[in-house]
Amino acid sequence: MSIHEEVELLKTVPIFAKIEPAKLKLLAFTSDRLTFDAGQELCHQGDIGDAMYVILGGSADVLIDSPSGPIKVAQLQRNDFVGEMAILCDIPRTATVAAHEKLTALKIPKELFFRLVAEFPQMAVEIMRELAHRVEDMNVKLTAAKAA
Amino acid sequence: MNSVALGMEKNLFRYIWRHSRGEQVVILLLVVVAQVFYFASLNLPKSIVNDGIEGKGFKNVAELPFFRVSLPLPSFLSDAGSIRLFDGVALTQWPYLVAMSCLFLVMVTVNGMFKKTINTQKGRMGERMLRRLRYELFDRILLFPNVHFRKVKAAELSGMIKDEVEPLGGFIGDAYVQPAFLGGQAMTALLFIMLQSVWLGTIVIVVLGVQAFVIPRLRRRILVLGRQRQITARQLAGRIAETVDGVHEIHTNATANYERADIAHRLGTIFVIRFQLYQRKFTAKFLNNLLAQTTPFMIYLIGGYLVLFGDMQVGAVVGVLLAYKDLPGPVKELIDWDQQRQDVQQKYEQVVEQFEPDGMLARELQMVPDGPVAPLSGEIVLSGVTVAEDSGAKSVDAVNLVAPLDRRLALVGPPGGGKETITQVMARLTPPSAGTVRIGGADLASLPESTTGARISYVGQDVYLFPVSVRDNILYGLRRRPVTPANYDEAERRARERFVSESRRAGNPDFDPADDWIDYDAAGATGPGDIDHRIVEALRAVELEEDIYQYGLRGTLDTSTRPAIAQSILAAREELHARLTDPTLASLVEPFDRARYNRNMSVAENLLFGTPIGKTFDPDNIAANPHMRAALAQVGLESELLQMGVTIAETMVELFADLPAGHPFFEQFSFIAAEDLPEFRTILSRLAGKSVADLDDAARARLAALPFRYIEARHRLGLIDAAVEERLLAARRAFAENLPADAADAIEFYDRSRYNVAATLQDNILFGRIVYGQAQGPERISALISEVLEGLGLRMAVIEVGLDYNVGVGGKRLSAIQRQKVGLARALVKRPDLLILNEATSLFDSAAQQRVLDKILDVCKGRGVIWALNRASFADRFDDVVVLQGGKVTAKGAPGDITGDKTFADLLAAG
Repeated sequence: MSIHEEVELLKTVPIFAKIEPAKLKLLAFTSDRLTFDAGQELCHQGDIGDAMYVILGGSADVLIDSPSGPIKVAQLQRNDFVGEMAILCDIPRTATVAAHEKLTALKIPKELFFRLVAEFPQMAVEIMRELAHRVEDMNVKLTAAKAA
Repeated sequence: MNSVALGMEKNLFRYIWRHSRGEQVVILLLVVVAQVFYFASLNLPKSIVNDGIEGKGFKNVAELPFFRVSLPLPSFLSDAGSIRLFDGVALTQWPYLVAMSCLFLVMVTVNGMFKKTINTQKGRMGERMLRRLRYELFDRILLFPNVHFRKVKAAELSGMIKDEVEPLGGFIGDAYVQPAFLGGQAMTALLFIMLQSVWLGTIVIVVLGVQAFVIPRLRRRILVLGRQRQITARQLAGRIAETVDGVHEIHTNATANYERADIAHRLGTIFVIRFQLYQRKFTAKFLNNLLAQTTPFMIYLIGGYLVLFGDMQVGAVVGVLLAYKDLPGPVKELIDWDQQRQDVQQKYEQVVEQFEPDGMLARELQMVPDGPVAPLSGEIVLSGVTVAEDSGAKSVDAVNLVAPLDRRLALVGPPGGGKETITQVMARLTPPSAGTVRIGGADLASLPESTTGARISYVGQDVYLFPVSVRDNILYGLRRRPVTPANYDEAERRARERFVSESRRAGNPDFDPADDWIDYDAAGATGPGDIDHRIVEALRAVELEEDIYQYGLRGTLDTSTRPAIAQSILAAREELHARLTDPTLASLVEPFDRARYNRNMSVAENLLFGTPIGKTFDPDNIAANPHMRAALAQVGLESELLQMGVTIAETMVELFADLPAGHPFFEQFSFIAAEDLPEFRTILSRLAGKSVADLDDAARARLAALPFRYIEARHRLGLIDAAVEERLLAARRAFAENLPADAADAIEFYDRSRYNVAATLQDNILFGRIVYGQAQGPERISALISEVLEGLGLRMAVIEVGLDYNVGVGGKRLSAIQRQKVGLARALVKRPDLLILNEATSLFDSAAQQRVLDKILDVCKGRGVIWALNRASFADRFDDVVVLQGGKVTAKGAPGDITGDKTFADLLAAG
């Protein structure tokens, strides 16, 4: 895929929607677009994180270790992003993310991520929106668990 | 051989005489004989002109005697003025001229030969003496007591041996010959003057006496200054070396200007000293000349008076003056010689006194052992050992300790509590100021170094590595004596014999560094073939094996010394590529294929299709390389590449326009450096709406160079489609086919069936490029390569190459931890009876320390280990523990028994 096609693809990803094309081109040029085979890990729970990923194609499982082995807690699709918590809070990876099938993802290194967020508040808003959704989702699940 | 290294001879002359009297006498004789020929030849030109050409001698006789040899004698010995030794051959004028001319040529040649021989002899003698002196000085460094090295600077010692004694070499040849020769000349002239007139002779002697008295007095200050000059220059060398050693501190503390101030001040001091020297020197010269001219003045005045009012003949005065003409020359040279003598004598003394510290080691401690050294057994016993520092503080205070050589002893205690010093005492690095150390019943201080060096290993916190390979650093501990003589063919053996006999003449030992000095037996190996296995065992114990393996993969192979490994690596290449046919792996590597464009390589690499050797086809130079340009022109690619350059420049200008200069992206991703971006912007604006053909050559060259670094798979600008690929492949073929003969050595083409000498081991196995954008591609490939090598049993071969890795000056190409590990491996590989470690793993993290400690204790099972631990918690692995605090033993016993001891408990609690 050439860089022009990639920019077109990135335009359709919601968190990049408001970013001007020239910047997207720089993002595409300086970030690695990686291909993962099914089962390959994007990140591993407990490791130090240095990048976040935006999924451009395929799907991935989010797995959390438990005494009885890894539990799948979520599935990620195209346009989802993952790994932002470790670089935002400087904490180890909170979950393992593994490719469910053949997957392509944009790897955004920590430094570039902060630069983008600082330059494009719109992107920060998109990420906040997504994080808020996750908290809400968590609350729902927590309430359900308490009720049960 | 003396039991204690004797002081050196203080007097340079006696030193020279002792070691070169034979040669000095030979040279003196040669000089005397040469004089005879020289004087004999002086008369020749006169005879040739007068008799041979003008025929004066033939006016009365038809024949003259040729080659009549007569010895001129002063008139008081013979009335005739000479005695005849050979009557000669009678010749007529023409043959006489021919004979005399030929004789002239012969005499010139003979005189020249004498001169050459004498100078060569002098030079050789001087160089021999210089070699002897330098060797003796170096030899003494090896006998210095360890404490002395706290006071001396390395640069000063090397400066003394290298530079300060150098002028001695030139002087030694003249040390005796010159005064003998010049003195003889002067005495003859003086004698002649005395014979002419006792009066005038007396005057000449008086003036010479005044000269001999006054000049040395003038020189006294010069000598003092000379000494100061020598010392300040030496200190300057020491300071410069310190600046280099401490350069990090200088930069981090911003003290560069403080250092500049210091050096400038020193240079100023040296200038003052040197300037004073010049002043004194030329003043002395002036006075000297003045005094020399007083004599003719006296001769004119007094000689004239005697002629006018006395009974002296004018002829006699003229004779005296002529004789005196011959006197100043030799006298002046004698004075010069004397000045040089004082100068070198002073230099010599200055150097020698620096090489006589107190407490020099006995020479026999370093005698070369005849064969393997018997193992040590029994126990190491410290009785009342005290180590007092210069300040009087005792770092070890009356310690008594017994450690059997088959048990493990841990020394624990607070830092500076004495455990570190104790290990140094046991390793004989610090001599005890009181008390004794006995090992296996023998006094440690009297054991030869060959015994302790073979049977005891010591590793401290700082490990010094020599700037050689990892292997040679580890085997350094086994080089105590020549074990296997070097193999020489007949010619080499004769050359070696000449070399050795010359060594002996200069008092140097005749050891041959080309011999194999490695004591394979001591390491449990049979020879060079399996020593690497012993090294690997040691590397495994200290967890350095993987690092060395990695160095091997990233290293290049010298196929001339290890041809077998090259073959094995080719087998690994085939195996790897066989595995890469697996569909899950196939996408990870794009193999080199002469017939295909490799999208994971740059354009330049694709065109070259080989590893550049040297600068000719270096990626930075390739765009301008005439041969490459010819190849591109041949397939008509030049304009296409130029167009690509324009596209790349446009993209870069667009993408990187807003980034601040110095942003890391420029370095990582851009084809264009930040500072060059405006230039490209200008070029592009000039280009707007015009053809690239309108640009000037320089601008076109800048643009044309850009695509060479372009990698399609990585940069993804879509510049190289199938058609362009085809033409680039055509250019690749044109480049290889027309490669000029002189450039054939500048590139090693990729060839599936050949080992590529210029590439690393890893690249040779991979024979392709890791594909961009595959998650964990490099990691998976590296694991796969390891698997392949492991499967083929080649890990050891890679480690062999890794062991060739040069550690750099002071081991700086290794990390501090790796240096400690190499030091430990060096200590382990010689299988000591007693291993003494002084916080030798202090840089490791705690878990690694624990693992390595267990492995080392396991390797040394049944032998003695004494370990000063930086963590008391490791003490439970040892048979005995000794707690040292304030230089005293406060507790000892089995680790389980002394947990009640307060200090030990505190140390345990502290970790």
